[in-house]
Amino acid sequence: MQDFLIMNTLGYPILSLLVFLPLAGVIPLLLLKNDEVAKYSTLAATLLIAIVSLPLYFKFDKTTAMFQFGEHHAWIPMWDINYTLGIDGISLLLVLLTTMIMPLCVLCSWNYIKTRVRPFLACLLIMETSMLGVFMSLDFVLFYILWEAMLIPMYLLIAIWGGPRKIYASIKFFLYTLAGSVLLLVAIIALYLENGSFSIPMMMGQDYSSVFQIYVFLAFFLAFAIKVPMFPFHTWLPAAHVEAPTAGSVVLASVLLKMGTYGFLRFCLPITPEATITFMPYILWLSIAGIIYGGFTALAQSDMKKLIAYSSVGHMGFVTLGIFVLNVHGIEGALLQMINHGITTGALFIIVGMIYERTHSRELSMAAGVGKFMPIYVTFLGFFSLSSLAFPGTNSFIGEFLVLAGAFSKSKIIAACAIPGAILAAAYMLRMLQKVVWGEEHNPDQSYLKDLNVREILTLAPLLVFVLWIGLNPGPFLDVMHTSVANLIQQVGIAGLEQQNFIEIAKLVIPQ
Amino acid sequence: MMKMALFLPELFLLLSCLVIFLLTLGKMSSTTVRNITAALSVITFLICTASLKLEGELFFRAYRIDLFSQIFKLCITGGVALLLLFSSELKGIEEKVRAEYYLFLLLSSLGLVMLVSSVELLAIFVSLELSSFALYLLVPMRDDQGGLREQMEAGIKYILFGVVATGIMLFGMSYLFGLTGTTYLNELIPAMSQVITSPAAIVGIAMVMGGFFFKLGLFPFHFWLPDVYQGASNETTAFIASVPKLGAVALLIRVATLAAPSADALVNLLMILAVCSMFYGNLIALVQKDIKRMLAFSGIAHAGFVILGVLTLKDTGFASAIYYITGYMLMNLACFLVICNVSVKGENLQISDLTGLYKRAPLMAFTLAVGMFALAGIPPFVGFMGKFMLLAGALQAGHLPLVILAAINTAIAIYYYLSVVRISYCTDPEERPAVAVAPLAQAVSVALVLIIIVMGIMPAAVVNIATVAVRGIM
Repeated sequence: MQDFLIMNTLGYPILSLLVFLPLAGVIPLLLLKNDEVAKYSTLAATLLIAIVSLPLYFKFDKTTAMFQFGEHHAWIPMWDINYTLGIDGISLLLVLLTTMIMPLCVLCSWNYIKTRVRPFLACLLIMETSMLGVFMSLDFVLFYILWEAMLIPMYLLIAIWGGPRKIYASIKFFLYTLAGSVLLLVAIIALYLENGSFSIPMMMGQDYSSVFQIYVFLAFFLAFAIKVPMFPFHTWLPAAHVEAPTAGSVVLASVLLKMGTYGFLRFCLPITPEATITFMPYILWLSIAGIIYGGFTALAQSDMKKLIAYSSVGHMGFVTLGIFVLNVHGIEGALLQMINHGITTGALFIIVGMIYERTHSRELSMAAGVGKFMPIYVTFLGFFSLSSLAFPGTNSFIGEFLVLAGAFSKSKIIAACAIPGAILAAAYMLRMLQKVVWGEEHNPDQSYLKDLNVREILTLAPLLVFVLWIGLNPGPFLDVMHTSVANLIQQVGIAGLEQQNFIEIAKLVIPQ
Repeated sequence: MMKMALFLPELFLLLSCLVIFLLTLGKMSSTTVRNITAALSVITFLICTASLKLEGELFFRAYRIDLFSQIFKLCITGGVALLLLFSSELKGIEEKVRAEYYLFLLLSSLGLVMLVSSVELLAIFVSLELSSFALYLLVPMRDDQGGLREQMEAGIKYILFGVVATGIMLFGMSYLFGLTGTTYLNELIPAMSQVITSPAAIVGIAMVMGGFFFKLGLFPFHFWLPDVYQGASNETTAFIASVPKLGAVALLIRVATLAAPSADALVNLLMILAVCSMFYGNLIALVQKDIKRMLAFSGIAHAGFVILGVLTLKDTGFASAIYYITGYMLMNLACFLVICNVSVKGENLQISDLTGLYKRAPLMAFTLAVGMFALAGIPPFVGFMGKFMLLAGALQAGHLPLVILAAINTAIAIYYYLSVVRISYCTDPEERPAVAVAPLAQAVSVALVLIIIVMGIMPAAVVNIATVAVRGIM
């Protein structure tokens, strides 16, 4: 087969199974009439998918940068469009993150969603199919179809089950993301005409002219920067997060945002390396702007969901910073930080959803002082807040540390500018923690609140395990990405050597 | 006898028309007439399926049966059959003319079926007129609802614009005949390549295309579209919006082969028309309140999109255009199925009338959402694949600015399609009643949704057969 793909040897098509199992999970929803049974069936389906995805980690070959568990079938021969799936060290953890998060999304919607339960669950499952497909597909058309198709269930999740301003938020989300990706399609076709194939790995490492690379890069960048979202394309995010139901927010924060940064890693860096080096300084400064801006805005929020949404803008700023410093520490840190953000922010949204189910408000002042009545709840909140502010011993510390280490070796000034972001994170998270746990002198009467039940504890516990696991022993997670990241750096680095003049320009914008 | 078999779909359709004509003379109830018409149209569709592989020539070589024509016949009769199956009762048409309505509907389809097989300029003209005149009559047959005689206005506009467009087309045909001395397309193709550089040839081809631009609703032949959509009854609009456009694209491709492989002036002209059409249609659709008017402007924009495939003058581009317009017909039928069923007495629907549709008729809301998302070109529906192949083909032919403008247009268009979905899914029905949908219409809507998805996911078969068909006529 092709030289970039190691075909699947497990005896069963594991990647296709992962993509289509969620769709199969939709079928019982069409037949069942009972909402309770539908919930259990969906939970079973998502758990099954999570279990099926486990061999990916254990059978993964860490020594090669090639795509593994490959599958290849002709799809539209006329345009040389194929159904090609495969994962490498960059996508492996994101696939696992997705399969792990989805059962928790079902659990956290158990009582939250009261109307039209079965369509809601169907939307979640269709989301899972397209999200997994995006991370696995090695054909650009397949990628684009899944990338766009995801908008529909996500739109419906916000528009039907969302909060009071759901119409505004859902339309804004849809328009922003769609407008960003129309030029991506043009870039994809242009790449096809250069290569004669839509295969993503075959587009890497080609000698495109500089001008061509710059156009393609800009089209990529617009699509992915909106998805991440990078400052100044972030304005859809707070609206969408605030209005979405808990599960929608979790999916959005944990997986959808990662698609943007995944796009940078998978497409921008290896396909258009020269342009990446040209634009690197500007993107680094945009990342810094996002970190600082997200931090300050989060500090000013009184709505808990908005606070976490803006903290996402800051955290994702760290991720793009790590990607575009273009060294091993930076990119590995960014990848790990993507996973961390998925775990921690997902958990925080679940936590806010839990208090919302009880008080029917997301206002910080309404949730003040619940610590006395909900000790288990605030314990979880405490851990996840610490993780969010990158406290040593938690997962985010490792990620942020690696990103900053990478940034320091690139430019001390850039790194120095990012540091206030870490301090701001501590400020806004501790502010929230303090308010929720102790509140002020006169808190609203919280005595009617019940602490978490078993289902809710089971929702949060797995995430907490990963917070501490990655925080204390990140080795197993970093090992799997190492070869692929090194290969990626090499792909960009070769182009960088040829492009000394770009580096000269870069030096002007980035003070050493 | 062999020749009879070649002509079987047309003969059967003609026979059906005669049967319906006899029925109009009696006093049969309109429901019975509808059932008979629907049954006949389904049989016609089956005959077309059976005669897909036939080839041959008839009537002094003016009429050719080939894969190209048979595919279009299949799509046209399929579209008519679906339309008749879901429009269970003609709400907007007076009871006493309903039987005649079915007669003219079938006659118009007959004209279209003959149009796609015609390979001689005068045969083309006659078939086109047969289908058009039947349509001109369908528009004013709507019952007078508000006393404003809107349907009369629409009918007059339709016929006046139609006659002018046909006149332009005839004028263009006279140019082609004057230049080459023949009216047969297969003799025109080599003859035209001799004179393609002369302005008269370009003007001639462009003017002949004008007649089909009118059918398709391409800028600047689009003026009738919004008013006719609005003035005609919902079922009539469903027909005008979907099936005749297939015939228009078929003939545009046939005429475009006259200019292939290269005619820069013509390509530039088509490019300008396509861009104007897309921007005009999409920008004006943004502010529409009547859903049929909105679909009319969206139709103008889609006409511009189809031209993207025609102007490549290559087999892949033509094949993509066929795929796209077939998909467009299905998406439009899905949308109009919902409009016809939600409209209680056959009145026009405002977009706000769809409020809370997902509670009043979940299946209709779903079908409408699929239709709208497909029209907007969101995967995995057929609209996306069509858009993708048209853009890829146009970029392959080197029209980068055009492709970028088209891509921008898909972003503009999403807003108004989405606002329909938003209204039907995000609002409460308030006082509006539930919508009763006949079982047959429900079955058709499920079938349409499935076809729209399957064609979007597995386009290879359709595109392959379209490519083979197109190569046969080039």
